[in-house]
Amino acid sequence: MKTLKIPVVELPKETEILRREVRQFIKEEKEKGAFIPKSDCWLSAVSLEFSKKLGSRGWIGMTWPVRYGGGGRSAIERYVVTEELLAAGAPVARHWIADRQSGPLFLKFGTEEQKNFFLPRIAKGECAFSIGLSEPDAGSDLAAIKTRAVKVEKGWVLNGSKTWTSGAHYADYMITLCRTCPQDSNNRHAGMSQLAVDLTSKGVTIRPIHLMTGEHHFNEVFFEDVFVPDEMVIGEVGNGWAQGMTELAYERSGPERFLSTYPLLNELTNRLIEDEDEEGLAKVSRLVSRLWTLRNMSLGIAQILEQGVPSNIIASLVKDIGTKFEQEIAETARLLVSVVPSIQSGSQLERLMAESILHSPGFTLRGGTTEILRGIVAKGVMQ
Amino acid sequence: MSEMQEMIIDSTIKIMEKFSTKEVVNEAEQGQWAAELWNVLVEYGMTSVAIPEELGGSDGDYADAFSILRLAGKYSAPVPLAETFLANWLLSELGEYVTTEIMTISYSNNSNPLQFVKEDSGWIVMGKVKNVPWARFAEKLLIQGEAEEGSILALINLKHANIVKGHNLAGEARDEVVFNQVLMDDCKIFSVNSNQMADKIYYGGALTRAIMMAGALENIFELTVNYASERSQFGRPINRFQAVQHHLALLAGETAAANMAANCAVAAFQKASGNKEIALAKIRVNEAAGKASPIAHQVLAAIGFTYEHTLHHSTRRLWAWRDEFGTETDWEKIIAKDLLKLQQNQLWSLVTEVINEEKVEIK
Repeated sequence: MKTLKIPVVELPKETEILRREVRQFIKEEKEKGAFIPKSDCWLSAVSLEFSKKLGSRGWIGMTWPVRYGGGGRSAIERYVVTEELLAAGAPVARHWIADRQSGPLFLKFGTEEQKNFFLPRIAKGECAFSIGLSEPDAGSDLAAIKTRAVKVEKGWVLNGSKTWTSGAHYADYMITLCRTCPQDSNNRHAGMSQLAVDLTSKGVTIRPIHLMTGEHHFNEVFFEDVFVPDEMVIGEVGNGWAQGMTELAYERSGPERFLSTYPLLNELTNRLIEDEDEEGLAKVSRLVSRLWTLRNMSLGIAQILEQGVPSNIIASLVKDIGTKFEQEIAETARLLVSVVPSIQSGSQLERLMAESILHSPGFTLRGGTTEILRGIVAKGVMQ
Repeated sequence: MSEMQEMIIDSTIKIMEKFSTKEVVNEAEQGQWAAELWNVLVEYGMTSVAIPEELGGSDGDYADAFSILRLAGKYSAPVPLAETFLANWLLSELGEYVTTEIMTISYSNNSNPLQFVKEDSGWIVMGKVKNVPWARFAEKLLIQGEAEEGSILALINLKHANIVKGHNLAGEARDEVVFNQVLMDDCKIFSVNSNQMADKIYYGGALTRAIMMAGALENIFELTVNYASERSQFGRPINRFQAVQHHLALLAGETAAANMAANCAVAAFQKASGNKEIALAKIRVNEAAGKASPIAHQVLAAIGFTYEHTLHHSTRRLWAWRDEFGTETDWEKIIAKDLLKLQQNQLWSLVTEVINEEKVEIK
């Protein structure tokens, strides 16, 4: 049986300086009116200008080698920066996917040319990525994808469609998982590849799918005889599934899996302190206890991931508990303060509560549904 | 984790597997003292860890001690190891030389503390205190009381007490200790700050329970995962059913979260008082106990509901220990008082322990 051991991380003293720098920056940006805190900011608060500012401070691609425009810093330092930005509800969505997933994918599997081309651009906050996984008939059952690429001279011709693609309308590229061999019923995960598709290519059509709030976040993306040059194949042809899976532990255990609604918890606490509502604060204490525990689990996983310890099971478990926690913040808040939540409200508390409630269905779906995660955890601990 | 600690853990597991068996735990519930288990722990110096050798201890640090206690919790060890640790730590802080005696300690915030009166030949003690862990087996009791000159901490030989037997949900001894104007010529009295000492015992006690519960949760997690792979229904192991898999995943989550919370509190206690972390951890571990125990019972179904099976050794302890040294509500009230002192937007500083100028100190 697999154990569930997660180490206790004591943050090095140096990270306090970094943390204060980030806080100072956030404070100044807020004072300048560059942003107002949003719930679910890492998915829905997009600002090219803000991403570029972070890039110029060296806060994107922090752990990547300096020769590729990265910061050469530790995973824990990156953790400190990202959690500060998330807690502040800052507009980090534009570079989030590229910083978290696409950059590390190139680093691990990309060619020298790809690293030299993409990584410095991402680190500057200029180059945004989207991830093309789901298709109309392939959601949780990702191996059922039908989008296919056929070999031609000097490249591949891509046909098919992707759906629920976050940010495709502002992303420059999409890491597209597609079939490069017909499906093999004995090995459903074989014959898939990852292509970096330039979204300005001929034959690419992007259509918005509006969220239930009316926001434009999702897209459907169609590929019609799109030519993708050989240089844009990531890693090995046919190894796309395995490559994609290696990044999942990072994707699932990060602070964005329990801090999406933190700005609401902060605002709720402010209000309860102002009202000297000790009973309400006692309810908040329960949430603080969960938050403190989740953060320590997530930090522990960040540390062992950096040491190369496979952590897919505990990462899935953190995402399951963390996303439920994100939903619970809104459910607790609405019972402690009587307000009318509204996206349009001028009151910070009312607006954050509305955002948190209306975005909440996504928390337990994106990046692997709760049901899929629990299957992974259960099968993992049974081994 | 240090190499030393790994060795301690290995030896403790061996001791527990041999001496804290199903029979020993059941017999303890029937009133039998687990002498062999206790004697081996004493022999290995495990009752005086985190106390310097010059004070009669076996060295090591708090993290070592709590790693032993975690396993005592996992194996339902029916001995007052937590109480002996706590009592010995407090005594050694007061400069006392520790012994290998069986100790217990009482936390009571009742309004009727024990009364102590100084006489020429000793002290007269009067009063009673409920729910003293393992009192019937212990040799000494460390307890707060009142004397004419103020608040005191007393180390009392329990031969002077009348013991009225009582039990917690797990059938562990939680006795009433009664003193009827007894004259004691062999008790030690220390003058202490009443609130500070009460906090020390309360927070320390909560940490012992949190780590023991983390161990007990690991036990029910292992029992449940194993049972689900061995038990077949409808022609396949029940762990093949998605509904059961979801139970296992939730149980894994609660177990991992409780262990994380308890370990972080131990790490904080090792560095300083760790009061904030202990409070947060006891809330989280208590919560995990309430969620995890029903899941384990649901998966093990009827067999897990019997005395014959050992699941109840851990689930009953979880239900008992979560209410000892503070329920979720008790600790939430304490944290709430700290939250009330925060400035606007300072919650995050409390969570990360960094404010712009200095550390956020609460409590």
